[in-house]
Amino acid sequence: MTFLPRDWDSHPPLIYPDYKSTNLRGPTRPLVPIRQRGGETTGPAFGPRHLGSLDHDLTRNARVNGEPLGERIVVTGQVRDESGHPIPHTLIEVWQANAAGRYIHVVDNHGAPLDPNFMGAGRCITDEKGNYRFYTVKPGAYPWKNHHNAWRPNHIHFSLLGPALATRLVTQMYFPGDPLLELDPIFQGAPAAARHRLVSRFSIEVTEPEFALGYIFDIVLRGKTATPVQH
Amino acid sequence: MSSEQTPSQTVGPYFAYTLTPEQYGYNFTSLAGPQMVDDNTQGERIRITGQVLDGNGVSVSDAMIEIWQADATGRYPDASQQDGFMGFGRVGTGTDPHNRFWLNTIKPGSTADGQAPHLNVIVFMRGLLSHLYTRIYFSDEASLNATDPVLESVDETRRQTLIAKREEIPGATVYRFDIHMQGALETVFFNA
Repeated sequence: MTFLPRDWDSHPPLIYPDYKSTNLRGPTRPLVPIRQRGGETTGPAFGPRHLGSLDHDLTRNARVNGEPLGERIVVTGQVRDESGHPIPHTLIEVWQANAAGRYIHVVDNHGAPLDPNFMGAGRCITDEKGNYRFYTVKPGAYPWKNHHNAWRPNHIHFSLLGPALATRLVTQMYFPGDPLLELDPIFQGAPAAARHRLVSRFSIEVTEPEFALGYIFDIVLRGKTATPVQH
Repeated sequence: MSSEQTPSQTVGPYFAYTLTPEQYGYNFTSLAGPQMVDDNTQGERIRITGQVLDGNGVSVSDAMIEIWQADATGRYPDASQQDGFMGFGRVGTGTDPHNRFWLNTIKPGSTADGQAPHLNVIVFMRGLLSHLYTRIYFSDEASLNATDPVLESVDETRRQTLIAKREEIPGATVYRFDIHMQGALETVFFNA
């Protein structure tokens, strides 16, 4: 079983000058094409036994003396491949800032308060239809030093495995109508025709009355090739 | 018809408390870390270590490396792996004073299709908008490396960037592998 190629019309380039740290970190030489073999077409698998019972609920998994502050949201969606097949039983890991725009990571020294009841780390595994669901608070925007008066839009980091090393994806989910999106070099680094796939969709159907606003974020990974690759 | 693949985005500087929490001392369980073996694991114990270097030759303090490998018999682990070896490791470069990564694992066997022993690597960091794939081969496997199909497909002048150097340290088998993002020693990254 092999996978369709990484679609470089969908993924950002490795050097994107407006995102300044790519200038010294992106490789300068073209990627070397290789045929997929066992190392690319297999991958690690995690199951429910690897998860804690509150891993999917960032509003509860780090409480100390109360609830975290902020707008409670439920984030849900389907992980599928580009041929439309659901990807069941695959691991998703997420991380984000708190409602004020501050990460618990010790390196973040932005002058916004930490929330003693919020860590901002979560995990879950997609169900048999490829669906996932997290509860969290809407992360705040935060400043960074890329350029003068630079702010990251509200975003949640997502890390997915998929069925193989080839399907691995790290991405960010954004929120609809965010005025910072058109100013953000990381978001803008994604090719124009593909960028909208990073923006979640507000849904009143997913919204839970008197509890949490609902956002849908589907994620599409590389699909399988239809026929065996000829060598 | 163009694909609908969700675009990649950078992992950013703050991945550690979710992806590598125990290494960095955060209060969350790590699903994978630099210690990939326990007393039950079959195979020769090795340690892989190195730095990730940017275009100015400066070591990167916020990179993350993942490896995926076959076991000592050359088979990729699945859920039925008898000795519990997962074959998957994950480590950040932010806790070592010299920004080194390290992984304690076993030397993989040659896979059935005649490839030389190797580790499959993924590199992530702030400043990388899409993750990168590379491989680590071993300097003491010269005859198998000479007929490895992937090494053969790489330009001869760049092949050395994929080969980890065995270091002689009493009581341990250590392989050094630096990842150069740019420059004369730029590591080969693959499109697979």
